[in-house]
Amino acid sequence: MHEVTYLQAIYEAQREEMRRDPRVFIMGEDVVLNMFGTTAGFVEEFGEERVRDTPISEAGFTGVGVGSALVGMRPVVDYSIASFMYVAMDQLISMAAKCTYMYGGQAKVPIVFRAGMFYGGSNAAQHSDRPHPMFMNIPGFKIIMPSTPYDVKGLLKSAIRDDDPVICFEDDTLWFSKGSIPDEEYTIPLGKAEIKREGKDVTVVGIAGGVTLALAAADELANAGISIEVIDPRTLVPLDKNLILQSVSKTGRLVVVDPAHKTCSAASEISAIVAEESFWNLKAPIQRVATADVQIPFSPALEPLLYPSKEKIVAAVQKTLE
Amino acid sequence: MTLTNEQMIEIYRRMLRIRRFDEKVIELVANGDLPGAAHLSIGEEAEIVGACMAINPDDYEVGNHRSHGHPIGKGAELKPLMAELLGRKTGVNHGKGGSMHLADFSVGSVGESSIVGSGLPVAAGAALGAKMMRNGRLCLCFFGDGASNQGTFHEALNIAAIWKLPIIYLCENNGYAATTSARYSVAVKDIADRAKAYDIPGVVVDGQDPIAVFDVVSEAANRARSGLGPTLVEAKTYRYREHAEGALFAAMAETGYRSKEEYEHWRQRDPIVLFRDKLIAMGVMTEAQLEQMDHEVQEEVLAAEAFAKESPYPEPHEAFEGLYSTPISV
Repeated sequence: MHEVTYLQAIYEAQREEMRRDPRVFIMGEDVVLNMFGTTAGFVEEFGEERVRDTPISEAGFTGVGVGSALVGMRPVVDYSIASFMYVAMDQLISMAAKCTYMYGGQAKVPIVFRAGMFYGGSNAAQHSDRPHPMFMNIPGFKIIMPSTPYDVKGLLKSAIRDDDPVICFEDDTLWFSKGSIPDEEYTIPLGKAEIKREGKDVTVVGIAGGVTLALAAADELANAGISIEVIDPRTLVPLDKNLILQSVSKTGRLVVVDPAHKTCSAASEISAIVAEESFWNLKAPIQRVATADVQIPFSPALEPLLYPSKEKIVAAVQKTLE
Repeated sequence: MTLTNEQMIEIYRRMLRIRRFDEKVIELVANGDLPGAAHLSIGEEAEIVGACMAINPDDYEVGNHRSHGHPIGKGAELKPLMAELLGRKTGVNHGKGGSMHLADFSVGSVGESSIVGSGLPVAAGAALGAKMMRNGRLCLCFFGDGASNQGTFHEALNIAAIWKLPIIYLCENNGYAATTSARYSVAVKDIADRAKAYDIPGVVVDGQDPIAVFDVVSEAANRARSGLGPTLVEAKTYRYREHAEGALFAAMAETGYRSKEEYEHWRQRDPIVLFRDKLIAMGVMTEAQLEQMDHEVQEEVLAAEAFAKESPYPEPHEAFEGLYSTPISV
């Protein structure tokens, strides 16, 4: 085992997959000089052909990635920051997500889109987005939301080997978090949730950075004698709803923590699934802890007020116990 | 580049296949047999086939919403295409794509997109794939005058230029984006001039002359395969039908957005008629041989129609299948 940060785990996943498969290549803005720390030394090892700086042309290079995938390459497209995906929405939605189905299975689109969720750092409305829910509403994507270095490495490797478009949302509140990962190679299959902490009183499903907050809340609640089970779906599409339903059938109470805006969030979807399929197991109304439905303000005095926090999770849990 | 007689005969045959295929589509739409939108290439056959014949059978090709002709130009079988237009299980896309989203990977047609301009970056990607895999292929990307006003046109040409991708961008300038004139909506007289912004060759060619298009695209193909990068070719052409089939669009003809004089001018330059006359004048084919070929092509189209109509629709469960290459449980 060795200890790495979340970003170092991404670096390891990409390096291992590029060594394993010559069809894998990386493209995006400023990947050659490794601005975000996930491509250090890549040009030296893999050459400029497989480590491509792109012009600031998100629609252009997204389509280029899709086209190269259609003919047999396996691109990893790095957007740096998730808001930049909006510039490429037509290529993402009308091409990447639809080609396989629309062309009747003649086309595989093995492509990974990496997007940092760059919130909480006074980057204001246009640079702080957490847009995973809108992509859940588009059939054709797979979506991974890793919350630990171990998970991001294993899931990203699986994503690169997957034959479909996979979006990897990388929560920046986790970028410098540390964890131990095996020295040997491993992968984590898409669609397998994980119990991050076992408990019996309330199920808290955390998404991305929401997992860390949920674990902190669980520690605090444990002091009050309340036992929290923390579930990390790890992938939103496919979603391992069975593990969530099993946990709720045990605890009868559900809180979902999602850094996305509350309306139509992943938390909303998970809440709806549980309400639809496990209503009679519930002992209290489901609680969503998500970001307020307003734009992200610049001032550090305002921004943190909007996001999920340990305190909000504790309050939501207590509400399910009233 | 000198074309052999066999090549010229094949060009004419493919042009006829597009013409007769799309004429059949008119009938099928009118009879209510063909669901959805249908945008026809009648009038534009010469540039399609001239370009497709100038590249190799295994080269990639990307089309758009007006794109029945592109896979046909590339050599596709008519039966699976017609079955696709009728939404049948035997369609080339198994009934999932329809008229605006054909793909026939067996002839290098790696897809069409009905969002105007969206195919240009994807085509650059196919060219990048060819370059990185060193498979010697290039990509031919068809798009219209309207698409040249999209940001993706400019982004894709810039990327193709800086990476010297093996690609030919072929603008089928038929003068109109639906009813909006290119004279109004395009800032330059010749779309080929936009190549200057990307330091690549931009060539205007008569889109009603398949040999002229063949020559220009052959040179662009040589350039692409030599590692010199993309070429922008603008074929001046015209569509004889309205933007799409159906009463809604037929009514547009009455608005006078295209003048009678202009329409008649281009009608006199019917690429099928012009090339037929040329083949006779050059002694490549006789009238009798041309008629025989037309008969054969008509038979082929009738067979495609019969095949499509006799084919079953997809089973209901197929609506839920094929979303992913690696399926997930939903």
